[in-house]
Amino acid sequence: MESVVVKNITKTYGKEKKVAVNDVSFSVNKGELFGLIGPDGAGKTSIFRILTTVLLADSGSASIDGLDVVKEFKSIRNTIGYMPGKFSLYQDLTVEENLNFFATLFGTTIEENYNLIKDIYVQIEPFKTRRAGKLSGGMKQKLALCCALIHKPNVLFLDEPTTGVDPVSRKEFWEMLQKLKKQDITIIVSTPYMDEANLCDRIALIQDGKILSIDSPKNIIQNYPDALFAVKADNMYSLLKALAIYPNRLMSYAFGEFAHFSFKENPDKADLLQFLETKGIKNIEIKEAAVTIEDSFIKLLS
Amino acid sequence: MRIIKFLLIKEFKQIFRNRAILAVIMVMPVIQLIILPLAANYEIKNINLAVVDNDRSDYSRDLINQVIASGYFKLRTYNDSYKQAFTQLEEDNADLILEIPHGFEEDLIKENKQQLFIGVNAINGTKAGLGAGYISDIIREYNNGLRKKMNVPTSFNAMPVIEITSSNWYNPHLNYQLYMVPGILAILVTLVGGFLSALNIVKEKEAGTIEQINVSPVKKYHFILGKLIPFWILGNVVFTLGLLVGWIFYGIIPLGNLLVLYAFIAVYLLAILGFGLLVSTICDTQQQAMLIMFFFVMIFVLMGGLFTPIDSMPDWAKTVSKFNPISYFIDVMRMVVIKGSGFKDVQKHILVIIGFAIVLNIAAVLNYRKTS
Repeated sequence: MESVVVKNITKTYGKEKKVAVNDVSFSVNKGELFGLIGPDGAGKTSIFRILTTVLLADSGSASIDGLDVVKEFKSIRNTIGYMPGKFSLYQDLTVEENLNFFATLFGTTIEENYNLIKDIYVQIEPFKTRRAGKLSGGMKQKLALCCALIHKPNVLFLDEPTTGVDPVSRKEFWEMLQKLKKQDITIIVSTPYMDEANLCDRIALIQDGKILSIDSPKNIIQNYPDALFAVKADNMYSLLKALAIYPNRLMSYAFGEFAHFSFKENPDKADLLQFLETKGIKNIEIKEAAVTIEDSFIKLLS
Repeated sequence: MRIIKFLLIKEFKQIFRNRAILAVIMVMPVIQLIILPLAANYEIKNINLAVVDNDRSDYSRDLINQVIASGYFKLRTYNDSYKQAFTQLEEDNADLILEIPHGFEEDLIKENKQQLFIGVNAINGTKAGLGAGYISDIIREYNNGLRKKMNVPTSFNAMPVIEITSSNWYNPHLNYQLYMVPGILAILVTLVGGFLSALNIVKEKEAGTIEQINVSPVKKYHFILGKLIPFWILGNVVFTLGLLVGWIFYGIIPLGNLLVLYAFIAVYLLAILGFGLLVSTICDTQQQAMLIMFFFVMIFVLMGGLFTPIDSMPDWAKTVSKFNPISYFIDVMRMVVIKGSGFKDVQKHILVIIGFAIVLNIAAVLNYRKTS
């Protein structure tokens, strides 16, 4: 069953009609963990704000659980949870007061839906009398997630929840999302981190307001059309320079300690090795690379 | 109703947690009310006088004595020439020059006629105007004294003299504090109510918390009421504090009914809070809100009739002050506190302010959008 349906949404800003969201369509199934993956400024937040009824699209339509985001915004506001990218709880209220406040806004209590937030809340409970402004980044995220969940939403929108959060907290956060999924909550999450994409059921790669591809992370990786190689040498900079002028080159770019490389036609490792050696590059290592989402993204952008 | 209750609890928690704001609300009006009326005094005393006495006669000495004995003037220098006295004026040692011509006594007795010269430093217009007025009065009185002395009237030939006596109604001792304290209190209540409400919503915008409220089922009027009510209560607290300060420090007890005052302040606060909310819906940052409020409050205060009477303003200014809520407030304060006006007398004011409150609040609610 489809939980969120987006059809041909377009949004422009300002007088110069700068396009933020360009004819975007996708749908998310009930209980799915759906990722919007893209760099800063790709239009992720605009899509979120349209779906959470606080921004009006120029054209197109969207619905949540069959409710139109424009006509039935009032009902939608009861059934969704939104966690904006910027921490936006009351910094001068304590952890408990914030949670209580947002529970009462939705006409519920902490006790009523405690089982939903229990796993997360126990981690911040020791600080429940501390003011939200005095929490660490990871704690703030957990509190914000609790507040977005406290009214048991059908759909949860998380706008870059892990931006600016340390790796351990990031991992924990995604583990929490996997647990929430089991409660049959549809989760739409945006992130600029490609490594987090693998944790979603399906992802939409988005750039400049346009969706480049929508599929499961596994399929996206499998559908990578070329053979990808990882090249390593003593000097990364001269290696990249040399790769760039190799005649049979399709793509080459730095990827961690390796350079990722694909051939225009007929992969020939021996020829590449020879070419690089003539360019004076030492300790060359060439192996087949495991394709990642990031590779797919770079491929789609080219 | 339940939601409004929780919004109010949250709002009051935030207010009482912010010590600085709380101090501004409670302490600032009290201290300002204690200090400002003492400083804002229209009565001008200690006008520095430079005398050029070219005559040095009994008559001229009498005149000078009479001027100084009035208590308004302080004889600073006694000069030989006008030029010398003018230097004193230029150096700001003197505010006013009184020149008595040579042969003052002789000509006065012989020809029954004499002329005096007064030169005033008019940089401070009020001081100059009042100083010249005072000294003219004293000289006229001196002149009357002379006439009586010289024309010894017989019972058949009484000299016609028109003497004017005046009595000051409602404020017999011309007590400036009685006049200023209610006015200043009106301005303080306006400041506290207007600024706090304007800054509050904008603060939620800046912190992003409004985003969370916007995606919740909270209705617009819930939210606006949740903002209005706390500051309405605080406005009443400030007003009550101000009345207490007026009573304790200045012995001012409103002559009229307190209920009339509170009835007026109830609607007045709605109007001024509505104005603050309207400003806050237009602005995105507290800085913008602060500057816009400052712009309006400046105009409201200076054209509100606290320092200069509205009746003496040009016609266009009178029209502008018709749209100035503070001018109605100051008027009502003075009417009720000093004159003891009743509900009937301020009825028109209350109706106008109700009009302001309705228009401003509707504009604020319409202008506050949960969707952009």
